[in-house]
Formats: sequence, C-alpha cells, structure tokens
Amino acid sequence: MPKITINSKEYEFENGMTVMQACEQAGTEIPRFCYHEKLSIAGNCRMCLVEMEKAPKPIASCAMPAADGMVIKTNTETVKKARKGVMEFLLINHPLDCPICDQGGECDLQDQAMYYGFDKTRYEENKRAVQNKNMGPLVKTIMTRCIHCTRCVRFSTEVAGVDDIGLLGRGENAEITTYLEKTIESELSGNVIDLCPVGALTSKPYAFKSRPWELTKTETFDVFDGIGSSIRIDTRGKKVLRALPRINEETNEEWISDKSRFAVDGLSSQRLDSVYSKSNQKLQKSSWDDAFKLIKNEITKRGKENTVFLSGKFTDVETLYSSQKFSHSLKSKNYDCRFDNAQIIENSSSSYKFNSTIQEIENADAILLIGSNPRWEAAVLNARIRKAYIENNCKIGLIGPKLDLTYSYQHLSESLDYLNKLSNNEVDFNKVLKSAKNPLIILGTSAINHHHGKLILETVGLIAKNIQKNKNINPLNILNQDISRVGALDLKFYNKSFDVDYNAQLKKHIDKTKPVVFLMGLDEVNFSTLENAFVVYLGHHGDISASIADIILPTPAYTEKSSTYMNIEGRVIQTTKCHNPLGEARDEWKIFRVLSELFERDLNFNNLSELRSELTSNFTQFALLNEVISNNEITFAKKSKIENIKIKYNIENFYMNDSISRSSETMAKCTRDILNKVA
Amino acid sequence: MHHPGTNNKVYKKINENFEWSSENFKKISEIIKKYPSNRIQSAVIPLLDLAQRQNNGWLSKNSMEKVAETLSMSYIRVLEVATFYSMFNLEPIGKNFVQICRTTPCWLRGSDKLSKVAQEVCKTNIGGTSNDEKFTVVEVECLGACCNAPMVQINDDYFEDLDEESFKKLLQDLKDNKSIKVGSQIGRRSSQPERKFDA
Repeated sequence: MPKITINSKEYEFENGMTVMQACEQAGTEIPRFCYHEKLSIAGNCRMCLVEMEKAPKPIASCAMPAADGMVIKTNTETVKKARKGVMEFLLINHPLDCPICDQGGECDLQDQAMYYGFDKTRYEENKRAVQNKNMGPLVKTIMTRCIHCTRCVRFSTEVAGVDDIGLLGRGENAEITTYLEKTIESELSGNVIDLCPVGALTSKPYAFKSRPWELTKTETFDVFDGIGSSIRIDTRGKKVLRALPRINEETNEEWISDKSRFAVDGLSSQRLDSVYSKSNQKLQKSSWDDAFKLIKNEITKRGKENTVFLSGKFTDVETLYSSQKFSHSLKSKNYDCRFDNAQIIENSSSSYKFNSTIQEIENADAILLIGSNPRWEAAVLNARIRKAYIENNCKIGLIGPKLDLTYSYQHLSESLDYLNKLSNNEVDFNKVLKSAKNPLIILGTSAINHHHGKLILETVGLIAKNIQKNKNINPLNILNQDISRVGALDLKFYNKSFDVDYNAQLKKHIDKTKPVVFLMGLDEVNFSTLENAFVVYLGHHGDISASIADIILPTPAYTEKSSTYMNIEGRVIQTTKCHNPLGEARDEWKIFRVLSELFERDLNFNNLSELRSELTSNFTQFALLNEVISNNEITFAKKSKIENIKIKYNIENFYMNDSISRSSETMAKCTRDILNKVA
Repeated sequence: MHHPGTNNKVYKKINENFEWSSENFKKISEIIKKYPSNRIQSAVIPLLDLAQRQNNGWLSKNSMEKVAETLSMSYIRVLEVATFYSMFNLEPIGKNFVQICRTTPCWLRGSDKLSKVAQEVCKTNIGGTSNDEKFTVVEVECLGACCNAPMVQINDDYFEDLDEESFKKLLQDLKDNKSIKVGSQIGRRSSQPERKFDA
C-alpha cells in the first residue's frame, strides 16, 4: 500500500484517495465547506488548505489526489495563516446575523470561525446583499448568507437528478437560485437544508421554531416508506419539531425523503387523544372501561370466531403479534395485512422481500422495473438507482406507464403481457439482462395487486432465476411501500381466504357474519366493505376510518412508542420512544392484553420486553436487529401465460398517502405547489 | 456599473417568440458536428452567440430555452453560462452596442474623455440605452488592442486610435446612418508604428 506522511508520521492509504481522505483516516481533521463525501469535488471554498512538501503554496486537500511519498503538514503556521485568510474572505460578505439565523448552533461557518477566524474585521466597505429566492414550500432562503460552496447545486444535479438549482453570474455577482425561482421538484429537496454549511438554505416549516440546544434528540427510524431510514427526531416537550437523517450506508445513505422529513408536523394535528364510542350515530367521548366492555359484548354477540383484524401502513410487529395471538385465542383466523391486494406466494419469503438488499443496487448494471415508481414508492432507493445509472452506466428498463424517474430508461411496455416475451427470451432487453454482471429486477406492488398477481410473481421469478449470476445475490426484489408489510407477512398475518381480491373476499365474510372488525391504523379501506361490521379503530389520527368507526381507541404514533418493524429487505429495526403519547393513548399490544383478560387470558406478557422475548422465541428472525438474513432461493419460478393487463401505479399523491401526512399542513402545501401546480 | 451582460435576471417580452431561422438552423448542425456526439452540450456558447445575433443582440427567456432544448440541456445550465459571460446580454440593447475600453492603457490615453463624448452624443448614461434605441453605451475591461489605445468596440468592429473629435464624428455618422471607417482612425495598419521611421 502507498504511504503518505502527515505531520511527520507515516500512514498507509488506499489508491484513489484524496489528501483530505488520507488525513481524515489518520485522524487529522481538516475544515471544509464545499467538500462532501457523497458529492463531486468542487474545490471552491479553499478552507481545506494544507501544506505539501515541494509545493510553492498551500494546496486544496479535497481536490488533490494522495500519492505515494507525499509529505503533508496540517499544523504549521503557513496552514493556519492560509485558513485564517480564507475565513476572513468568507466573512467579508457574510452577515453577522447569527442571533436571528436558524442555523445558529449547528452552523459549520460559525463553528469554524471560532477556530480559524479573526475576532474583528479589517473590512470597512459595505457588505453585499442578495435578494432571497423562492425555492418552494420546503426550503427557505436567506441568500445574503450564502458562501457559494455549490453543495446544493451538486446535490440536486447529481443525487436528486433534477437540474433545478444553479449558480448564476460570477465573482461578486454570483447567486444561487432555481430557474426563474421555481419550486424544486424533487422528493429529496429537503436534504439541501442539511447540506448547506451556513444558514442560506433552511427549513421553511421549522423557521424560528427552536434552537438546536433546546431540543431532545432521539435516534430512531422512519416509517413513511418501506426503507426504514435511520433518522433523528428532535422534540421539545410533546411536540416533534423536526426529523433529520442519520448516516446509514445500508439503507438511506445520508438522505431522507421530504415526506419523512416534513410530514412530522402532521403528528400535532388531527390527533385522537381519547376514547370515543358511537351512540345515536354520533361519536361521543367515552372511557377505556366502557369501551372494553362494549367490545367484549359485541364480540360475544357477533361471534368470537368471526372477528376480523386488519393492519395498516404503520402497524408494528408488536401490534401484529399480540393481535394475532388474541385472534387465535378467539379461534379466529380472519386477519390480513394486504390492504393494497398485493399478492404473495405462500411460504416463500423471497416473494415479498427486497432480496438483493438496497445497497446491492449500487453494483447493478441492469435493472428491470416492473410496475414500480421508485421515485414515489421509496425516494431514497431511487437515488441509489440513479447512482448505479451514473456510476455503472446501468441499463434500466421499465414496464409500466411512462414517468420521470430522474434517469433515462428504456420504456418496454405499459402492459404486463410483455413478461411473456421476456420469459421466452424474445426481446432485446433479454440480452441486456443476460450480458449484465449484476442484473436486478424490481417488482412494484402495482404489478401484483390483482387476480393475476401470483402468476406474475411466478413468471418474474422465472426470469429472475434465469438471470441470476451470483449465488449470494437474489435478483428478484419486491418493493413494498409500507414499513409494516414485510413484518406482517413474516408473521404470516394473512388469511388465504382473502387472497386474490382482498376487498371482495372481506366484504363477503363481513356481510355473512356481521363481525367485530379491528382496524389497526388501517385507513385504506372501502367503506362499503365495512357496512355490516362493528368497527373498532385503533389509531392516532382522525383520518378516513375514524369517521366510520363505532369505537375509537387512541394509540401512540411512531414517535411515541418503541416498536419493531421489518423493512422491505427483511431488516429488523427498532424505533425509540421520543416522547410520551398524547392524551389517553395506549400501546396497541396493551389494548389486546386487556381484551384477552376479558376472554381466554391467553396473552401472558406484562411488559414490552416480555412480549419481545416471546415474539423472538416464536419468530427467531426478529431477534437480530439491523441485519438482513438473505434468502437467495427462488422456489416458485414457473412459466405461465399472462394476460394483457395495463399497469396503474397505486400512489396518487406522494406527499399525502397516509394518516400522518394527510394531517400535515406542510404536505398539503407541497401537494398544492408541486403536484397541482397553478401555472 | 451597469452592463446588460452582467445581469442575473431573465428578461421576458410579452408574446415574444423564438424559433431558429432556417439559416441558423443549418449553422447549428455544423457547429454541433465539431463536438463528440455525447458531448454536444459543449456547443452551448456558440449557440448562445448565434441566438443572440438572431435576437438583435440580446438573449431573451425564450431564446435561451430554445438553446437548451436544442442541446437537450436543462434551462438552468444554459442560464448559468449566459450569466457567467458578459458577452451575453440579458436585456434588450440598442442597434449599436458601444463598448468603451477603460483598462489602464486606454485610460492613460484618454478613455475617460471618450466615455464623456459617448454619453453626450448618444444621450444616455453608461450602461443605458438611448431613447431612440440606436445606442447602448457600456464601459468594459481590456479588449486586447492596447497598442492602438484608446479604442472602442461597436457591435463586431474595433475602432482604434480615437480622440474626442474622431469619436464624436464616428458616433454622429452612426446616428445619421452614414458610412463609417472601421479600424484605426488615423490610418495605420494593425499595430505598425504610428510615425514613419527616418531611415
């Protein structure tokens, strides 16, 4: 390995590293503004100057490739003077408005000015002032503060894949703006706020809300899509003020989608905070005791074995497990999680998981998307596909209606019968998949949510099996949209009789037996299906289902309890409780625990850890946190003839498609300004 | 100092439309041929120049968008280039674009006086356009004809070895649509010595 001398000590480094990376690895911190690991190198802030032997003047370490035998000094007078000089230049035009700046307390410029800056200015001329720009409902701009690092420009061009932000003019007239001040049209636009090293781009919904040191910071996981991104929730008292990404190379890298970041304001509106029950066609406040009594009477009256349990988008594994156990104790097997009617192959976990793992997308050189809009279904995952597209020149094919995915792709067909041709090796894209080293297939739920779903899974399974190159990588990936789904399917929280057509089969059962139906945060349901049922709604938002419920039991939202989820890959994640639940809300598993006392007394766990140890002893896959147990076998590959079925993507509005984001004011603004643009 | 080329704003005329003229359309395909087929964006500067010439010396919103569409670039990338170079004017200019060099050699040889003359004759401020839209007068940095200082550039032509009188006449002739003399106003060829050497 080549060697580099940093501050008269020798270190080894890998070929292709820059001087800055080598220094970083050696534990020498180098100040920087424009350099960012995930972005291309710009080298325009000059803050990272270091001294190199034989160089006449300091060099920008972020842009200088490390070479064998280099001698670097980072702690000399020259370096100190150079950095001080750069800092002085940066501060010439930077306003002294830290006391009213939202970045204050977490500002790179503020921190580094403390280390490297002068304590007074030598500059007597007027500071430059720049007009603020409109960038839409999420990003607030105070452009006078901008130091032109161009991180936001590089992010939007390279990672987000929307050429919206740019640097106009030059020299003193340089300004960052969007084209004609239009809104940034990306699902990842919020990340420019984190990237901005100063207070030029800040969060609009969070503006003037709080100071970083007043906040309680809790490291947890996101639930708004199937990825389960690592996030940090900042709270003050019982109010969630913001969500920020944490670095997790295996799932979200450093980014989160705008929904994950900004929908948290929905957590403080439209909340259900007490028990309601219906009398005289009107929901009225009630008490837990009365509600439990009423539920008991109804279950007994309508038949224990008919009781139905339906899970929703945010239903955690604890809830699923306890409700399933409660259901078994009632001798009922009427539970299901497949509200979007996505089909699976029974007893085969590879038929509903993202088998190759998310990180593997980076190595892919051919991707076939079937009935999936990853940009909306998992925005962070789409950024990975774009990365593969840029770095590996990955060839991408799409079966489904045309859309803007931020990268170019070959549009194969709108209809699923194209799979026949693919399985028969009849089309050009077969060659692309065959010749690729790491081909992947991403199958969206929009392609399997109908009566042919199983056939499609089998056929795609066959195609995947034919192109599998590496025994350890299963190229078949199913992209589920909800964090609850894979966990529920792993618990076998489904009933065969609701296969093929969830709503119709459910309606048949409900109309026949008129049972009690537990909706566990499920809002994606047909009202007509539930006409004859006694509906118990467990949820945190007064959303769609709350209006048809006979009893409403308030439960905590994802920031208010510790819960286990399984993400699309089968990675088990455990969220942390950030603050206490609102009002009378109770964890779902406690509700089922109490209910079981009124019946067979089969639920014996008294606290969360007892529940979890029982869960992990029955379902060992939930014992290992933050790991993926890969399933590389496709057991269901089969050739079948597929009819001409047109795909229709099942997300209509990225910003508002669950109970929390539907209650969010910010998401409503995004819908208005980005999706339903008024010209 | 105002200069229509150092503007960061996009100027839009109502009902203004921009389509390549058939002549320029032919030129474009020739320009694009000079670059590798996967790097045709490199042609953005020649194309912006072509658009500016077709659009009376300045780039409107639609003309820049046309360039972007021609090269399949995003609008902001084209605007970045157009705002970076001062040779691209982002607001309407007069028929004669008078650029007075004010860098040291020209300044020592009296560019200040030329500037004054221009403002008087053209009846406009530095950076402004006259009411009859015949002149836009700007001061610029070195145009590279220092040995024949002081000099000005009007549209595509250089006018060198000027003094107050000859410049006044030059502008007046332009105003009256009379023919004018391009190059050195005292009759020397390129930068040969001003006086003949005694042999």
